[in-house]
Amino acid sequence: MLAEALLLQLGYNATLVTFGATALGVAAGATGAFLFLRKRSLVSDAVSHATLPGLALAFLIMVALGGEGRSLLGLMAGSALSAAAGLWCVSALSRHTRVPEDAAIGAVLSVFFGFGVVLLTVIQSVPLGRQAGLEGFLLGSTAGMLFADAVIIAVGGLAVLAAVLVLRRPLTVVAFDPGFGETQGLRVARIDAALMLLVMAVTVVGLKIVGLILIVAMLIIPAVTARFWTNQASSVVLLAGFFGGLAGYVGAATSAIAPDLPTGPIIVLTSFVLFALSMACAPERGVLAALLRHRRFERLVHLRQGLLAMAQGQHVYEARTRRLLRGQGFMRPDGVPTESGKGEAARVLRDEARWQVVRASAHLSELAVRDDGLTPTEDVLTADQIAEVDRRLGTPEAV
Amino acid sequence: MSPLELVAENGLRAPDLTGDSPLAIRGMTVSYGDQPVVYSVDMTVRQGAMTAIIGPNGAGKSTLLKAALGIVAPLSGQVTVFGQGLDATRNRIAYVPQRASVDWDFPTRVSDVVMMGLYGQLGLLGRVRGLHRDRVQACLARVGMQDFGDRQIGQLSGGQQQRVFLARALAQGADLYLLDEPFAGVDAATERAIINVLHELRDEGKTVVAVHHDLSTVRSYFDDVFLINRRKMGEGPVEQAFTVPALQATYGGRLAEGQVAQLALDAG
Repeated sequence: MLAEALLLQLGYNATLVTFGATALGVAAGATGAFLFLRKRSLVSDAVSHATLPGLALAFLIMVALGGEGRSLLGLMAGSALSAAAGLWCVSALSRHTRVPEDAAIGAVLSVFFGFGVVLLTVIQSVPLGRQAGLEGFLLGSTAGMLFADAVIIAVGGLAVLAAVLVLRRPLTVVAFDPGFGETQGLRVARIDAALMLLVMAVTVVGLKIVGLILIVAMLIIPAVTARFWTNQASSVVLLAGFFGGLAGYVGAATSAIAPDLPTGPIIVLTSFVLFALSMACAPERGVLAALLRHRRFERLVHLRQGLLAMAQGQHVYEARTRRLLRGQGFMRPDGVPTESGKGEAARVLRDEARWQVVRASAHLSELAVRDDGLTPTEDVLTADQIAEVDRRLGTPEAV
Repeated sequence: MSPLELVAENGLRAPDLTGDSPLAIRGMTVSYGDQPVVYSVDMTVRQGAMTAIIGPNGAGKSTLLKAALGIVAPLSGQVTVFGQGLDATRNRIAYVPQRASVDWDFPTRVSDVVMMGLYGQLGLLGRVRGLHRDRVQACLARVGMQDFGDRQIGQLSGGQQQRVFLARALAQGADLYLLDEPFAGVDAATERAIINVLHELRDEGKTVVAVHHDLSTVRSYFDDVFLINRRKMGEGPVEQAFTVPALQATYGGRLAEGQVAQLALDAG
């Protein structure tokens, strides 16, 4: 069943929903990457929670006008307006008062969300024709989604993605160095506003599938996941889009076979699995890699210090160092250096001496920043430079 | 009424002697909150010269630069660059911000940062071509960083970071270079590399303005000085404006006796 869902064999509608969720995931991941790089991740939380009152009001207005109140476009327009109002409150509070932005976000999102919940309760207690299943917008639901809805979501997602693509350069510059961007003729305030507009679009488009409470996760988790794998902003954006799309795809496909499961949480959990795997396994910034690197570093320090002690004829006391030296065959079990140990110790001692020359040299001293007590001079200096250093070592100045 | 008109009406605007000066500032006032940081400052930078902006901490040096560039919105004042407004001349200006103003853990490589200097030319969608990469490489070479293009910026030393910023400014191919404390916290080799590049730029006819802290090197590095302590305290060629009385007026009691003696000695 799951395999069928993942391979999109559960019918036309499910396939379309899955495609919509994937497009949304890619758009959310890429947009969220810029939000993450700009260090404004939390703002998306205010945006998403602020959609609720608009959603409910849009429903009420559409019903009052004699409609059914279920038109997705109408609901999206309402939530976009109230999200914009929430965003305006956050920026006005942090700009014109002494309220810091994080506090403003907390205040605004809870007030808007509270107001929205009150409206929802009112809607549910009053018989207003067919209720639109507005609760479904809290946690997302693809059950009973219309064909037109899926099209709106897919098209919205692709439009956001196209906008992110066009704006990638200004968004990157402003995230890295806003002052420089301003001198390049980029209006930082406008670029930031554009980013917020994209975040709002993702939120509003994603309401139906992921729900407003969890859309934040779709914006932020893929970016954080991507950051583990790369040191380049452009790749962070691409990878975040990929991870977001994958999570959207898996989440929607899964809820196609289990319509009772809310889609949003499944997407978020899929994102989390990708995040956890990345955190553990990423080659450079991952936790395991960092742990191994640190172990290796410790070993190198112990070995080098042990060898230096041996080279100077001192006794090595520390148990771990002795173990390492013996393991490398540099020391006999009784603590006496072996022949290879003596050779290695002499080499390390010469390396230290070379570094000393490098530090003192006028034209090589720049390279001395690479001296961390571990890196051999051979890794930093060219053969010619080493020959030069050794020449100076060979003829110590007369004292 | 715009702040500009206000200045003009009060008759505070200086007579228009700016001509085509690379950077002319008139009646510039900048405040943070209700605290003026720069107060009614006029400045005229000489074409093809290297000018140091000097003054004590908190005197508004960096703020003056930022306001001149439109990074900070001034309360009042007028800026012309080569005789024109800022918007018409942005592609002739290169700005090197303080090193500490960005997050060096940002995921980007050295060559990407320098490439940002070309974004103005590339526009939104222009493709990065071989000639752009060559230009980036040439600018890195000019500051002695040609082997570092693929490095993550977080792995650089402070001096190397500063040189990358300078390379980005060079990539812009500007005529006016504004630098905010380019020598702060860099090693001696970097300071030499940077000053050499800046002198080359000046010799090519470019104009360089730098916020500068080290009074002992003003004389050897710069042609002109601009003294500021919220208000303008002096301006002109080093021989005329960089005098002990002017410095004492600028720094108040904050100039150590030893410094004064040394400067007097340097002045001959």
